[in-house]
Amino acid sequence: MPQYQNLFTQIQVEGPADLGIPLDREIDQRERGTTTWHVHLLGRIGNAQIGPFYLGFLGVASIFFFVIGFTAIGWNYLVQVNYSPIEFVKQLFWLSVDPPPPAYGLSIPPMNQGGWWLFSGFFITISILLWWARTYRLAVQLKMGTHVAWAFAAAIWLYLVLGFFRPVLMGSWGEAVPFGIFSHLDWTTAFSLRYGNLFYNPFHMLSIAFLYGSVLLFAMHGATILAVGRYGGEREIEQIVDRGTASERAALFWRWTMGFNATMESIHRWAWWFAVLTCITGGIGILLTGTVVDNWYLWAVKHGVAPSYPAIWDPVVSPYTDAVTAAPTAAPAAPAAAAQ
Amino acid sequence: MKTTRIGILAGLAVGVSLLLTGCERPPVEVDQIGYRGVGMEQVKNPAREAKLALLNQAPEALPPADPNGPKARNIYKNVKVLGDLSEAQFNNIMAAMTLWVAPEQGCAYCHNLQNFADDSLYTKVTARKMTEMTLAINSQWTNHVGNTGVTCYTCHRGNNVPEKRWFSAPDVKVAGRLLGNDSGQNRAGVEANGNTSLPYDAFTPYLLNDQEIRMAGTTALPTGNRQSIKQTEWTYSLMIHMSEGLGVNCTHCHNTRAMAEWEQSTPARLTAWHGIRMVRELNNTWVVPLTDIQPKDQLGPTGDISKINCATCHNGVNKPLYGTSMLTSFPELAGKKDLVAKQ
Repeated sequence: MPQYQNLFTQIQVEGPADLGIPLDREIDQRERGTTTWHVHLLGRIGNAQIGPFYLGFLGVASIFFFVIGFTAIGWNYLVQVNYSPIEFVKQLFWLSVDPPPPAYGLSIPPMNQGGWWLFSGFFITISILLWWARTYRLAVQLKMGTHVAWAFAAAIWLYLVLGFFRPVLMGSWGEAVPFGIFSHLDWTTAFSLRYGNLFYNPFHMLSIAFLYGSVLLFAMHGATILAVGRYGGEREIEQIVDRGTASERAALFWRWTMGFNATMESIHRWAWWFAVLTCITGGIGILLTGTVVDNWYLWAVKHGVAPSYPAIWDPVVSPYTDAVTAAPTAAPAAPAAAAQ
Repeated sequence: MKTTRIGILAGLAVGVSLLLTGCERPPVEVDQIGYRGVGMEQVKNPAREAKLALLNQAPEALPPADPNGPKARNIYKNVKVLGDLSEAQFNNIMAAMTLWVAPEQGCAYCHNLQNFADDSLYTKVTARKMTEMTLAINSQWTNHVGNTGVTCYTCHRGNNVPEKRWFSAPDVKVAGRLLGNDSGQNRAGVEANGNTSLPYDAFTPYLLNDQEIRMAGTTALPTGNRQSIKQTEWTYSLMIHMSEGLGVNCTHCHNTRAMAEWEQSTPARLTAWHGIRMVRELNNTWVVPLTDIQPKDQLGPTGDISKINCATCHNGVNKPLYGTSMLTSFPELAGKKDLVAKQ
């Protein structure tokens, strides 16, 4: 006898595929895919039916531009290891395509001095924007809301702040994030070191709160629905209008726990806003860094956010004290060290 | 079904162990070194510490030499440094230097055995300069080396050339190449920067040249600090070298809530600050001028002599040889403290 398991779905139904509603425009009707097949293992963690895919014009264009950008990065990696496939695999996490040296400002640099960064960034950005348009259009064609597209837009906002808006405001492509696994992590640390500890940036704080909040909400919601799965709790949409015992029990559980519960509908709004605000607030925090605030720690001291702690050691006096706390003002834009 | 499961489990096991290969073997010990709640901690791995302890023991001292008697400069020819020592002290130091620097080759590594006064071997001229350097460090750089001081052994450890040293990296070739600029970074397996993808030669700008190391702003709002994130990565690389070279965390010197603030830093940061200046001066004053007399095979890819960085003396521990002062056994190398004023 089939048994209901809500960690891995053990029941898999295979039948003629339902291709969904007919689309309004003839061209869309022609572009949409019709091929489907089933994969049992995938059915254990999700839907066993794969397809139909619907790339359409936007999807194909997006993939086309992505391949251009991705290939440019990969080819630069390959040259960095002298086309050695073994070194390519060994060094993959270290390799990087870096933005131009700050001396180039916002001008177009030679290809091998950050030009490739600009090139691949441009095409990958086009690709991402096309993919965004695709998520929007697919939703419209299915007569759905466009919530997925707008959530994706929040992530794109953060991406554009890091790689476009902030560098433009700072007047230097060199401020942007490199394309590499470790190099972008180093960039993140260097960013925080340069601007006096990003943890004191209130928008970074908000972003972290929403990020961790998203994780918490995800766990709470997932756990709740799984817990009432035995009463049909996963049929959430029906239960928005017709609560049923699963919904009642789940709601009562949370009221018992903390006196308040989200509803079957509003929990999804909670989740959506938390996720979206993670990127929106994060983007604001990055955009303000360097443009409006130069040292977040000192900013936090100024506004009473950062506490002071009792001294443990003999006071350390800056060796620069005599030199009138020689601030590195008006340093040349790109000393030789960074001019690579 | 069963074989699939075993396959998945085996795959998982391999994957997880691959992910863990970059990690140190636990357990680690954590010492709190600052006020509670600010994360001022030193993480130490006892297994690693035990290995380091074996490698960083001071050698047995030779019996002390009698400082009285005729001066070395009056007995031997061509004694340009250490001439004020007594003959016994001088011979004592020569014997020690042989043990520290050329235990296999013996006196002949530096001396023409037919005529010890002869300067024809480049190693002798180098050794003389390095002896002068040692005296200069011990007399003029006490704000870094304190009264502990250094001897040849601090760096050489029985090797002709200290193991930890550096060469300038060749310029990245961009002219005539369309792609593949690594920006002087992004290279795996570089020991000097702890195998990070940070710049692989942060020494030339800071330990040979005098580029600005500080990059954080000194005001809350922008007031003209033009240091870039890219420059920060060079500083970051130098700092990683210091961390690796001394076997300490960032928190050894910095309160990481405000890396740049001197008032919140530990006193060690001041010592390290002087150390950077010391190494820079040693490289420029004593090491680089010896470039021309070195044989070609001793030179680096840009034809430069190998130079000093933090690891050269520290060899992975916070205080070289755990702070054992070899000067108590070899006061001959202490140098003249009255030179301090010269600084």
